[in-house]
Amino acid sequence: MDITGRKLFVKALQEEGVDTIFGYPGGMVMDLFDELYKTDLFHLVLPRHEQGLIHEAEGYAKSTGKVGVCLVTSGPGATNIVTGLADAHYDSIPLVCFTGQVPLGLIGNDAFQEVDIVGMTRSITKYGVTVRKRSDLGKIIKMAFHIAKTGKPGPVLVDIPKDIQSAPGPANYPVNVDIRGYKPINDNVHIGQLKRAYKLLKSAKKPLILAGGGVNISCANEQLRAFAEKMHVPVVTTIMGKGAVPTTHPLYVGNSGMHGKYAANMAVANCDVLFSIGTRFNDRITGDLNEFAPSAKIVHIDIDTASISRNVVVDVPVVADAKVALEKLLEWAEPKKTSEWRKQIQAWDEKNPLAMNQDRGLSPQCIMNWINKEFPHSIYVTDVGQHQMWATQFLELDEGSKLITSGGFGTMGFGFPAAIGAKIANPDKQVVCITGDGGFQMNIQELATAVTEKVPVTVCVLNNFYLGMVRQQQELFYGKRYSATCLCKDAAELPKYRGIKDEVPEYAPDFVRLAESYGAYGIRVRSEEEMEEAFAWAKTHTDVPTIIEFLIATEELVLPMVKGGNPISEMILG
Amino acid sequence: MSEMKNRWIALYVENQVGVLAKVSGLFSAKSYNLQSLTVGTTEDETVSRMTVCVTSDDITFEQIKKQLNCMVEVIKVIDLTDVPLHMKEILFAKVMHVDAAQINEIFQIAQVFQADVVDMGGDSVMLECKLTERRNNELIALLKSKFKRISIVRGGAVAIETISTGCR
Repeated sequence: MDITGRKLFVKALQEEGVDTIFGYPGGMVMDLFDELYKTDLFHLVLPRHEQGLIHEAEGYAKSTGKVGVCLVTSGPGATNIVTGLADAHYDSIPLVCFTGQVPLGLIGNDAFQEVDIVGMTRSITKYGVTVRKRSDLGKIIKMAFHIAKTGKPGPVLVDIPKDIQSAPGPANYPVNVDIRGYKPINDNVHIGQLKRAYKLLKSAKKPLILAGGGVNISCANEQLRAFAEKMHVPVVTTIMGKGAVPTTHPLYVGNSGMHGKYAANMAVANCDVLFSIGTRFNDRITGDLNEFAPSAKIVHIDIDTASISRNVVVDVPVVADAKVALEKLLEWAEPKKTSEWRKQIQAWDEKNPLAMNQDRGLSPQCIMNWINKEFPHSIYVTDVGQHQMWATQFLELDEGSKLITSGGFGTMGFGFPAAIGAKIANPDKQVVCITGDGGFQMNIQELATAVTEKVPVTVCVLNNFYLGMVRQQQELFYGKRYSATCLCKDAAELPKYRGIKDEVPEYAPDFVRLAESYGAYGIRVRSEEEMEEAFAWAKTHTDVPTIIEFLIATEELVLPMVKGGNPISEMILG
Repeated sequence: MSEMKNRWIALYVENQVGVLAKVSGLFSAKSYNLQSLTVGTTEDETVSRMTVCVTSDDITFEQIKKQLNCMVEVIKVIDLTDVPLHMKEILFAKVMHVDAAQINEIFQIAQVFQADVVDMGGDSVMLECKLTERRNNELIALLKSKFKRISIVRGGAVAIETISTGCR
């Protein structure tokens, strides 16, 4: 018996095991939302803006490995998720995003809220398609979930015209999917090539493992740690790879790249075999390509063939999932003598350890240390900017914790909604959002989502009154001309609140009162002495978010820093 | 860096809306140097075959093939560089404002280039060629040097692997 497209839509999501949908209604998805109204199969989350929506789905997906599901209307609903699609594309986050579309007959007419969203997002989705026949709907949804989560994960967009949603058609949802142009290599690895990679590592005098986000995505952390331990090879990570091995592990050096640790960058610059897994050698990692790991033979294990030998020409390419490759490597691994090399790395670390100036009051390092102490084994979600780099430098990650951050696309506004999504997916886990006064305001409306959904994330806002990362570059490279980076310009002339007798800060917004206006909690921390009480108070709130606003010095810099395009061994150390 | 030269790819793709835009979009998005792209359905009407010519060095060409392979809609990528091929491009050339002596010359050129004179009238002559892309380039260069007003339309190359390669 035939069923409507909207009924098949619900059936498909049920069969895919979807438990949460991030959805914002509108004219061209009325039918789908009407169908969702009739069922309690899914937790339907209503955000306050579609950009917040898709970042919430990203946080959900990144923290669970499951596919995040978005449902938005046509036109502006669809264009509002574009930034999130790009973000998910760059950081390999599995999403299936359903967009409503005007009825088939109106497509191309510049109809109300019509936009060619598939065309617009072609280069930032793994796959995108408009459903043009009701009979294709089931197959397309099946394909979408399959493509999003297999191989190198990514976002898939399914655009469903309004008349397809109500049209009758086949009731069955396919069990299997076979796409002739898409054969992900999840379980295979070329043994001969992997053996060459292993032999190269075995022969090295100064070996180094560079772990990227691929290790975390394929959950190969345990295997990587065991492999490094067995062979005594030190490990550096990219930002997306942070946590690939526990950060307190003796073999872990630190992050490398633009704001990497001195010892980590020096290790990359001086190693003789760079054994890289699950990284695409983004320019933030390599710096000047001609000077990248100049004396090293490079092994590159990656699931994405197109990532191999794109930026860095490698000596031994291996196309494989990180976990599959590492499990095989573990069978061969034998102890190696690397004590001299590790001593050298340790000497670099002692020469220039990661440490911030503590004279300017509340230092970011101190805040991160407190977060480590008060919220261990948590999911940490950051926004983008200076606070993000401090988090990647100073947060300690173990097997029980996770760092979620917008690494590839660098999307300001990502952090807070992604934290909400992570908490919705992991209600029993502590979720800490680390954000800045700039990025937080880019999706601050999601406070309403968090409060109505009863999501008790702890939001640490590092407020330096500036767009700090841009300001830092202006300070170092643009003659201290702080063009359009001050967020408290002419603050003294701000109109004072009427009817409020308490102290009013000389900047906007007052994050504490803002939190309260949404029904959340807010507290301001000016010095380290106030920290303990603030964290203790935040922990008592188990139903809505707590915003802890840390007032930090505008002058704080993220160091070391490599100027864009310079070799990573040339660091500004401060 | 290796030599920049023309290289050829044959692509089997899903015959669906938007696939041509996706493939051609890749070339603009990644700043690859696309020379020509032709597309048509194959014996299986759900599949189209594209013939793509790009100018690139070795590394970029490898990258292009990988990027194309990554696309869900791309069924197969075949590198046609240095493969024995039958390759032709259709070209129409209109030569205008010519006198009788020049018309005579055009007929001679047509004979030498194995082009057909398919239309003429008043002071204009039209040639139709099914030559290789390079031979067409040469013909265009010759016509340009000899005549003031010409109008060219060309179809882009189509190519297919040879059946008998033994004598090559």
